[in-house]
Amino acid sequence: MIATRDAYGEALAELGGENDKIVVLDADLSGSTKTGVFAKKFPNRFFNMGIAEANMVGTAAGLAAVGKVPFLSTFAIFAAGRGWEQIRQSVAYPKANVKIVATHGGVTVGEDGGSHQSVEDVAIMRAIPNMTVIVPADGEETKGAIRAVAAYKGPVYVRLGRNKVPSVFPAGHKFEIGKGVVVVPGTDLTFITTGLMTAAAVTAAEKLKAEGISARVLHIGTIKPLDKELVLQAAEETGAIVTAEEHSVVGGLGGAVAEFLAETCPTLMKRVGVYDRFGTSGKSDELLKYFGLNAETLIEEAREIVSRKK
Amino acid sequence: MKEKIADLEEKARRLRVAIVKTLHKSQSGHTGGSLSAIDMVCALYFHKMRHNPADPAWEGRDRFVLSKGHAAPALYVTLAECGYFPAEDLMMLRRLGSHLQGHPDSKGTPGVDVCTGSLGQGLSMANGMALGLKLDGKENRVYAVLGDGELQEGQIWEAAMAASHYKSDNLCALIDSNGLQIDGDVSKVMNVSSISDKFKAFGWNVIEIDGHDMGEIVAALDQAEAHKGAPTAIVAKTVKGKGVHLFENKASYHGVTPNDDELPEALRCLGCCD
Ligand SMILES: Cc1ncc(C[n+]2csc(CCOP(=O)(O)OP(=O)(O)O)c2C)c(N)n1
Repeated sequence: MIATRDAYGEALAELGGENDKIVVLDADLSGSTKTGVFAKKFPNRFFNMGIAEANMVGTAAGLAAVGKVPFLSTFAIFAAGRGWEQIRQSVAYPKANVKIVATHGGVTVGEDGGSHQSVEDVAIMRAIPNMTVIVPADGEETKGAIRAVAAYKGPVYVRLGRNKVPSVFPAGHKFEIGKGVVVVPGTDLTFITTGLMTAAAVTAAEKLKAEGISARVLHIGTIKPLDKELVLQAAEETGAIVTAEEHSVVGGLGGAVAEFLAETCPTLMKRVGVYDRFGTSGKSDELLKYFGLNAETLIEEAREIVSRKK
Repeated sequence: MKEKIADLEEKARRLRVAIVKTLHKSQSGHTGGSLSAIDMVCALYFHKMRHNPADPAWEGRDRFVLSKGHAAPALYVTLAECGYFPAEDLMMLRRLGSHLQGHPDSKGTPGVDVCTGSLGQGLSMANGMALGLKLDGKENRVYAVLGDGELQEGQIWEAAMAASHYKSDNLCALIDSNGLQIDGDVSKVMNVSSISDKFKAFGWNVIEIDGHDMGEIVAALDQAEAHKGAPTAIVAKTVKGKGVHLFENKASYHGVTPNDDELPEALRCLGCCD
């Protein structure tokens, strides 16, 4: 168990030694976002921009315009929220090589409450042309994703979480931008999941097996561009899809899958996520339960959708 | 030097003619703010900046950010005059299929480094470039032209704070202070004065000039380059629509182009007979 933000800090510090074009910006949250690990190692390539997110985005765009590979970090709510128009105009529109790595995404920020729980950021970022959107499942995938993102030329939004999450992938797992991964094979339905919901889906699939239901788990680490091939295959082969994400059901992974399948292969579907509401204070595990973001919900939805299939 | 200034003045006059003709042709675009900024843009491209029209991506170039992106015609006529692209392209301004969009687009136009048009973002990008160039130990400078109305955007002051904090003395902001924005006087819409005091308070080196006096512009740019330890703001008093009395000091000509009736008179004002 490791938090994806911790993996980010490690990956960044490692990559910093390999590529001196990498620079890092933060808006007074470097302890929380873990960019501080990089700052300590490479102080002259770290810019603390203060509590000024819009300017941080523009500064990163300028750094990219002179050949740097800027990673900028703050909480997801401030990166995608405060910085939206700057990201659109100064980063995505010119295809600037800026990496926005937002931490504290989703409801697992916990006690800080609704103001800090970002359940819309994936939808916001996904709507921007040229933007690649990545939500890793665990620490291992985060490390691979950060490496892939550093090598990729163009704007990327990576969404990470605050808390330790169960591991899904083995050490050294290679991340490929745009490629989904079938984590568990199965024939009766497919869980299409992202972020920490992938681990929950693996648990759900195991339990369902005992009931005689064969659930496939397709992890989507890159929400945009979506791995259409694997999604279509899942729809055709299993005929039922349950998506799950620590995000609003509006416009995130569930939205992306639904939009795609509606036009190519209409399929029985259910979206698990936050149903068009704001977060609220609580411990992160309590909140996951409160919003139904767990294996139990997935099991119920799987049973239901399989019964509807017949 | 006198000759050099006279040269630049003549260049600026010809660029004004090009702006008027271009905007007349497009029948869409921003007249007033293009004419108020053109003397400064002209001085930058023909006196101050190191750049190479034959190689727009030349690493040794200074960088330019037209933060008030709606003044794109001022930039486009200058880039065309430099030879970044054929002058005929100007006649396609704002048309479908043209590389000259309504606001500067780094993806399409040779010589344009960053996308602008959404006000308030240019100074951040300029400072980002300044920081990156310094990190590489390069001597290149970054210039940004801002509107005085644009200064109402909070992000400008975030950028001003950061540029001063990081001692970006390779950065120079030129404020095209024509006193007008879309809805009227800047002082009435949302007073930003005193611009000089504000930049000074943020730790900038500030130079006040007449933004249409070529001698003063050139001297200020030279001074800015010589100043070490802090970024420089050149606060330039200008006239919106400068050079064509029909448009001068009229907020109504912010986003309005010369019509067929106005064109001959506008060109006459600029000493153009053709
Ligand atoms: C963020 C943003 N808000 C509004 C506009 C619309 N707009 C275009 S020009 C302008 C007025 C600009 O005034 P100023 O900066 O003084 O420019 P100038 O008078 O020199 O043309 C406005 C509000 C914009 N382009 N960007």
